[in-house]
Amino acid sequence: MNDAPAVIPSDARPRLPHGVRLVHNEAQGGWVLLAPERVFKADAIAAEVVKRCTGETAFAAIVDDLAKTFSAPRERVLVDVTALLRGLADKRLLEL
Amino acid sequence: MAQSGMVQNGAALHSPLGLLAELTHRCPLGCPYCSNPIALDPRDDELDTATWARVFAEAAALGVLQVHLSGGEPGARRDLVAIAGAARTAGLYTNLITSAVGITAQTLRQLAEAGLDHVQISIQDSERRSADHIAGYQGAFERKRALAAEVVALKIPLTVNAVMHRANIERVGEMVELALALGASRVEIAHVQYYGWALKNRAALMPSAAQVERAAAAVEDLRKRHHGRIVIDAVVPDYYARLPKPCVGGWGRRSLNVTPSGKVLPCHAAETIPGLEFWSVREHALAEIWAHSPAFNAFRGTDWMREPCRSCERREIDFGGCRCQAFALTGDARATDPVCHLSPRHADVGALAAMQREDAYDYRHM
Repeated sequence: MNDAPAVIPSDARPRLPHGVRLVHNEAQGGWVLLAPERVFKADAIAAEVVKRCTGETAFAAIVDDLAKTFSAPRERVLVDVTALLRGLADKRLLEL
Repeated sequence: MAQSGMVQNGAALHSPLGLLAELTHRCPLGCPYCSNPIALDPRDDELDTATWARVFAEAAALGVLQVHLSGGEPGARRDLVAIAGAARTAGLYTNLITSAVGITAQTLRQLAEAGLDHVQISIQDSERRSADHIAGYQGAFERKRALAAEVVALKIPLTVNAVMHRANIERVGEMVELALALGASRVEIAHVQYYGWALKNRAALMPSAAQVERAAAAVEDLRKRHHGRIVIDAVVPDYYARLPKPCVGGWGRRSLNVTPSGKVLPCHAAETIPGLEFWSVREHALAEIWAHSPAFNAFRGTDWMREPCRSCERREIDFGGCRCQAFALTGDARATDPVCHLSPRHADVGALAAMQREDAYDYRHM
């Protein structure tokens, strides 16, 4: 198994694999990413990114949307989102 | 994970993360290492579908994220699909913990449609005759193979739970190979823990210290060889350890059990400790039980501890080990778990482990 690529192709369609779910739980204070026997806390921004990884939207479009939603420079968003998604993919929590 | 902010007994009350839902104690298999209590809940005392649905909703509101649909054999419940659906509706991540015997392909498809997230299938050995002998059920091995294939075909993640003891510990490598062949993404090397039926059969199940060491080395080697192909988790056989396990992540801290008849336990063996008062979901809301049931507060936090636990730097790491094991091995539930090398009774554990006999299994039965 290889680690996730350093650059994510613009036309990649990132998605949560079967058995990985993003869930909001009030009592636990927010968003969590759930997998077999694993629980990860997701902050509000990570949750916004992962919510957009439906397997139907191209990576470039996800970055565009986030840059717009958060009124942030696209280059910065690209770097941050790439790092987040690579990290998740390496933990098998995301398919790129 | 975040604390709930509630305060109880001067210590912050955690929110539980996991719920073990023992849907039934009925099971077609008779595994001698089963951690269910010797006194199994009868069928006519089982909670109905609607009550489980309420329990799941209350659990999610309390902060529970993952529910383990277990038993006995959860497949023995006719309403399993409805139960799984209710867990999903409540927003819980659903794990099915099954022997595979009692889950048909059709039921599995319906469970997938109801949103089941993950399946864990136990294996008793890498070789059919031994596996069926340990399970006390002819045909179990083949059924597990078949269901594993069905799980993988439906793209549901699969974990294989390989229960390790003297009869199969030399084949840990073969069991991991089997897990790989079955398409599992995780395998748990689950050394038997001695509660319930396993405690009854301890002399027949306990491996030797040498066997445990060889198995540990084998697991390290397997991890290197199979890195990236399968995750290998291992549960320590704590009779041979120096430090105790942080049992259930601390008493009343991270998880809770609901028995088939609705009793809520801090752990599956808690009823063996005398003098604890357990509350039922038939009479109380789950949040109330978690915060106020005397059984849950009996060993919460660190105030109940005696020395050497009380001033030990590891007291919030392993919580003094396991209360049920402390009671079983020393007669005192507040004692340091004698698995810990700092316990004055630590040497007793080695002596107990050495008491091995080639007795026939006392198979689990109602």
